[in-house]
Amino acid sequence: MSYQLDTTVLKATRDGFGDEILALGKENPDIYVVDVDISKSCKTNVFAKELPQQHVNVGIAEQNAAGLAAGLATTGKIPFVATYAVFGSLRMGEQVRQSICYPKLNVKIACSHGGLTPGNDGGSHQAIEDMGVLRTFPGMNVIMPADYNATRKLTRAAAALNGPVYLRFTRDAMPAIYGPDEEFVIGQAKVLEEGDDIAIIANGDTVRLAIQARDALVADGYSVRLVDMHTIKPLDRDEVLRSVATGRIVTVEDHNILNGLGSAVSEVVAETGGALVRRVGVQDMFGQSATYDELMEMNGITVENIVTQARDLLNA
Amino acid sequence: MSTTTVAKATVEELNERARHLRSSAVQMIYEAKSGHPGGSLSAADLLAALYFSEMNYRPEEPTWPDRDRFVLSKGHVAPILYAALMESGTVDPDFVHTLRKLGSPFQGHPDSKKCPGVEISTGSLGQGISPAVGMALAGKRDGRSYRVFCLLGDGEMQEGQVWEALQSAHTYKLDNFVAIIDQNNLQIDGTTDEISPNLDFIKKLEAFGYDAHEVDGHDMQAILDVLDTIREADNDKPKGLVLQTTKGRGVSYMEDICSWHGQAPNEEQFNQAMTELEKGLDL
Repeated sequence: MSYQLDTTVLKATRDGFGDEILALGKENPDIYVVDVDISKSCKTNVFAKELPQQHVNVGIAEQNAAGLAAGLATTGKIPFVATYAVFGSLRMGEQVRQSICYPKLNVKIACSHGGLTPGNDGGSHQAIEDMGVLRTFPGMNVIMPADYNATRKLTRAAAALNGPVYLRFTRDAMPAIYGPDEEFVIGQAKVLEEGDDIAIIANGDTVRLAIQARDALVADGYSVRLVDMHTIKPLDRDEVLRSVATGRIVTVEDHNILNGLGSAVSEVVAETGGALVRRVGVQDMFGQSATYDELMEMNGITVENIVTQARDLLNA
Repeated sequence: MSTTTVAKATVEELNERARHLRSSAVQMIYEAKSGHPGGSLSAADLLAALYFSEMNYRPEEPTWPDRDRFVLSKGHVAPILYAALMESGTVDPDFVHTLRKLGSPFQGHPDSKKCPGVEISTGSLGQGISPAVGMALAGKRDGRSYRVFCLLGDGEMQEGQVWEALQSAHTYKLDNFVAIIDQNNLQIDGTTDEISPNLDFIKKLEAFGYDAHEVDGHDMQAILDVLDTIREADNDKPKGLVLQTTKGRGVSYMEDICSWHGQAPNEEQFNQAMTELEKGLDL
């Protein structure tokens, strides 16, 4: 099966979270949302209105939000702390470590505005290191869905998993990749196309770029393996090994190339050998106010650069 | 119908309990060759009052949903909590020899994965109070009648998260939440006045919407009286309790000495401490 972009359906992953968390909350009174005064941006405002008994808004106090959620979890609740990725990873980072991961509590950190999507807000609001930080906390699961439907399914899967999960969503509307019936398993990559010459492994919003790069390479006659690695922890090591079998891997992410998807894949390849890896992602530099596309261009997170990196590997 | 399995005790009995807790904590720290005696001893009388008079819980069923909860936000004084858990029968007293040793439920700082009766892992200061507020909020939402007692150090009040948490307990009208400050006026690098003055905790708590009380943290009758007042208050306010205490209380050479924040006694010091705690200081 080969997956294509459906540009007639444009939806943001944060909306997928808002819709699914509402559905989950209606099904299960133990599902809670803990907000920090940005429920409109995080799309939890409808949950807040419809399920006030399962909703908490602590105000602008992220550290307290994480700890309070941990306390709720000790009583059997399943709290989702909703904030921006830059705050959900770093502002409450130690609380997530000490009060959630260390005691192994069933708390989900659900973050909008991951990566460079909050372009106009500037570098202060662009989380480029969040997934890397979170994946070094023992027991944490780290997920970034590629579209609206993937978000709904992975949010549901996160609620069903008994343990801490970091979910990263983005602000802007993106084309659809998956239908509403597509199934997702945390820790199990989606293979969007089988291929032998090279593998492209992407996650989040950049899967759409990887799909377009795949189209260009296939048009050149190459056989491309295309992978949506929606979970970077636990990493689907078996899928990385299948990608290694092509001998060439390009990773693509809207995250620092240090410590994110590209690093996670490279850690496996360094142990196994058998492939060269090129990492497309944020070039270890802070962003600035600009459009999302301009910032992606500055970092080379583009269809053209994915194709260039792939061709370099194919011609090596 | 729920029952209290820990019987109410007299002041005399509670003072005896407090002496046991102090001895047990000092012994653990001596055997471990590290730990935090000063703040363990300043909090001992409060823990005796909570665990053997005030709190409703079941030592044989530490996860009983309706139990009152105690959260030790000043997690470094774990030995006094472990002493109370052993004394109450929640945890096997043989663990007294295992503090800070591989595989022990008695980690250097409380670990809720390893030790029954520890409600949430703590040790990074300022952080225990937020889960305590979460527990109190869950109790309200679930219609349960339990209360949550959270013990903080006065130095710990320098952490910003404490004030975020205090504020949120007021927001949600958590009258089942009791924030207790162990004001012993010392921290690692010196007195709190030297490092960052406490100022007036009562005024601060009242400004945050709390029903605030102050008590001599080593006067058992006074502690019981103020806990009565707190229990009987019928208002929507969270409760604050400032304990005026002496760090190292009960061991003469530790009392009010900053360096006993985090060091273990040697053999001679240990023997002296045990003797003093056995007969009680002439205070």
